[in-house]
Amino acid sequence: MGREDIKVCILRVGGTNCDMETKRAVEDLGVKADILHMNQVMGRGGLLDYEALIIPGGFSFGDYVRAGAILAKRILIKLRRDIERFVDEGRPILGICNGFQVLVESGLLPGFNGISEYPEAALATNIPIGYRCRWVYLKHENGGNCIFTRKIPKGRVLRMPIAHAEGRFLLPKDREDEYLEKLYENDQVVFRYCDEHGRYGEGRYPVNPNGSFHDIAGICNPEGTIFGLMPHPERAYYGWQLPDWTRMGEPQMYGDGRLIFESMVNYMLNRL
Amino acid sequence: MEYIARVEVSLKPGHSDPEGETTRESLRELNYPVKEVRVSKVYEIRLDASSLDEAERLIDEMSRRLLSNPVKDDYTFKVEEAGR
Repeated sequence: MGREDIKVCILRVGGTNCDMETKRAVEDLGVKADILHMNQVMGRGGLLDYEALIIPGGFSFGDYVRAGAILAKRILIKLRRDIERFVDEGRPILGICNGFQVLVESGLLPGFNGISEYPEAALATNIPIGYRCRWVYLKHENGGNCIFTRKIPKGRVLRMPIAHAEGRFLLPKDREDEYLEKLYENDQVVFRYCDEHGRYGEGRYPVNPNGSFHDIAGICNPEGTIFGLMPHPERAYYGWQLPDWTRMGEPQMYGDGRLIFESMVNYMLNRL
Repeated sequence: MEYIARVEVSLKPGHSDPEGETTRESLRELNYPVKEVRVSKVYEIRLDASSLDEAERLIDEMSRRLLSNPVKDDYTFKVEEAGR
């Protein structure tokens, strides 16, 4: 078995975006990726042919009710058993942007005790209000638990774009400190918004682009196999996707987003 | 029996409401003496249930399972027989 035997499912529904970019990123690493509509997944009897699941960005179901809420419930109703097997067997699940919102709304993240019945976090309307589409800096905070960032040294500053209106990470107000402590205890904090020198936003705009609690941009589950983030790594995969690539003389081959897909593929190769 | 419910989902007290604040600023620009605006979302739901109690139980469940996120939202609802 080699990397060409690994298959990744990129799940789409009405309103998904960047599924093609995600497929291209994964396939650049020599792994097969299928973009499947939810109905196609149901038609083929589920997800278990796949080694990993990626829920891409976008505005699934028009962001109605709350961003990600409707797709989250649909996944739980239609695919709960498969998702539970993914979690138990350590098959990776990656949620990008809207995909992160879906993972939070479905109770898969933070997932302190498996899939929670109700969400234990929220991605609320940005402060300042508005749809924000630009590049941000992120500091890698994870100590090695998250399988999606093992190629990234702790403390390294990365650059990736965001594109969202509801990305303000929130924990329940009355349990904020307790939950944050738990996130650190379990090594679940993955990315925090910072400036180019790695100084945290401390909740302040523009370094923290959306008012997220503790500048949190991405977290994983306690097992490190489910990861959600608001920035788009697939839009920072190649060097020529960087905003200043034409000014860089010889453009670099790859952007920072590649490290996430590379880490995921490495993990899957080690499991073969 | 058919019932109509009106579910209102609003941000918990103490949570910032950027949509409300932006609306407040716009109303102030229009010269209204507005102190605060809080935005909430209203769902009008028609449903079948065997009794008012049953309808209320179902609406409460729907509000918890989909319409609100308990981390940031509160909800209230009112249910009555349809056509009254």
